[in-house]
Amino acid sequence: MKRHHLCVAQFAVWLCSAQLVADEGVFDQYRDLMGDENPAVFIVDEGEELWFMPGGPESTTLEACDLGLGPGITAGAYVRFPRYFADTDAVMDLESRLVYCMTTIQGRDLKTLTAKPYSQRGDFGTEIEALVTWLAAESEGATIAPEQTHAAERAMFNLGEEIFFYRAGPHDFSCATCHEQSGMRIRLQALPDLTSQSGASEAWGSWPAYRISQGLVRTMGWRLRDCFRQQRWPELQMGSEVSVALQTYMAVNAAGGTMAAPGLKR
Amino acid sequence: MKALSKGIIITLLASVVTWTMASDDVEAILQNSFVAKNQATMDRLERDAVQAACSAPRGMPLNNDMLTTLRQERLKAVVLPANSQYLGDWQRGSDVAGNGRGLQSSDDPSKPNGGNCYACHKLAPDEVAYGTLGPSLTGYGARGQSEAMLKYTWTKLWDTHVYNLCSHMPRFGAQGILTEQQLKDVMAYLLDPASPVNKAVE
Ligand code: HEC
Ligand code: HEC
Repeated sequence: MKRHHLCVAQFAVWLCSAQLVADEGVFDQYRDLMGDENPAVFIVDEGEELWFMPGGPESTTLEACDLGLGPGITAGAYVRFPRYFADTDAVMDLESRLVYCMTTIQGRDLKTLTAKPYSQRGDFGTEIEALVTWLAAESEGATIAPEQTHAAERAMFNLGEEIFFYRAGPHDFSCATCHEQSGMRIRLQALPDLTSQSGASEAWGSWPAYRISQGLVRTMGWRLRDCFRQQRWPELQMGSEVSVALQTYMAVNAAGGTMAAPGLKR
Repeated sequence: MKALSKGIIITLLASVVTWTMASDDVEAILQNSFVAKNQATMDRLERDAVQAACSAPRGMPLNNDMLTTLRQERLKAVVLPANSQYLGDWQRGSDVAGNGRGLQSSDDPSKPNGGNCYACHKLAPDEVAYGTLGPSLTGYGARGQSEAMLKYTWTKLWDTHVYNLCSHMPRFGAQGILTEQQLKDVMAYLLDPASPVNKAVE
């Protein structure tokens, strides 16, 4: 296992230094060489370490964090997200739940934590990215089954559906413009149909993902922010209602599929 | 954080019942979920009549009378070029068709916007990086350059909703995405017999 990781690391370094990254051919080459190996394994390890590492002014670990299955239970927790939490009286996605735990348990500053939740090209990944990646890996192979028992969870789904079809901005785009038909593509990039069970589960089940072209793990919150950028809208905020609602819409459409994150993307 | 989430959940529970009813609250939720970034300002979240009419989730019934009225209004608002000068330079039009930038928060506003036609259409037969959201336009020039054809194509580019309300295609003229000159250049790229769009590959 260890030796395997080293090999992945070397390959990742070569890949980044060679700057061949945006090229589809490199992606295939990468797959051929690495098989199913995904550099996200390092981020998974890092996330696990962060979970068990005392941090913040309280110098506590995150083990008291309740991801919905009880404090400290991480296995299988992610596939139930987004879900309602009584302590915040809100439907939360994994990213905002983590922020909540880091502020309430570790005593960390909300502003600092959320100032730059997603790394930029050339950065090392952020703590949230690493934790999300590990927690998703803790659900690998599990069936996607987001909670829809609480009325607020069902309302979140409806809101997500409404926003998915909401056309605005100079190009009149909505998510549906690009993601309501199957087998379509923009230029050469394949577009999943997020209104269908198969399209949604393939997409939802493969994020967070390692993006070869960026040398970074990306979360679903980042994916949505970047699609909204292409939609010509302002910038989506992490943990916002729109973000949670769209994730709920996708996760519910994906129900019954298998969580295969962290994924590996172009 | 707690107070904020609570407020939103209460609003949600009270309002998300039908598609039209929820819209008022959705606007407030959108305003709370985004921040302006560079040229992508918050007013972009406000919808005009066409956008609002075309935001119904799939399967929701549409009001056909309203749609007909809207289409007629759109037709009246189309600005045709002076003296029927519809055609510009296909070579410049080729750049407009291939350029996918413009109006994103990450784009430089001092550079011209692109039309990004290749994101959705096949055009020149030797360009393989084309999208499939729209129909192939390869060989479009075979339809000729009659006044009717020029006017149809111009109107389609100016405001696609005139012919097909709720089309996925952007309104390049009506929304100020492309300038009149850029539209003429793209027109030439589609219709000029010398344009690669209308040339078979050997
Ligand atoms: C203008 C086009 C466009 C719009 C609008 C758009 N997307 Fe995307 N989306 C893309 C493209 C292109 C990709 C593939 C990106 C890549 O491969 O790098 C993508 C990828 C995704 C993925 C990842 C799929 C996967 O399997 O990896 C998700 C999830 C997604 N979009 C959701 C959304 C949602 C939700 C919205 C609305 C907020 C949206 N998109 C709006 C173009 C768009
Ligand atoms: C986001 C997707 C998208 C983009 C970008 C786009 N189109 Fe379209 N276009 C479509 C779709 C979908 C249709 C078919 C449905 C309709 O007619 O509204 C269409 C139809 C057309 C038609 C009518 C075809 C016919 O057979 O009469 C023309 C002409 C056209 N597009 C030209 C362009 C040009 C030129 C550009 C760039 C300046 C462009 N389109 C950009 C999606 C797009």
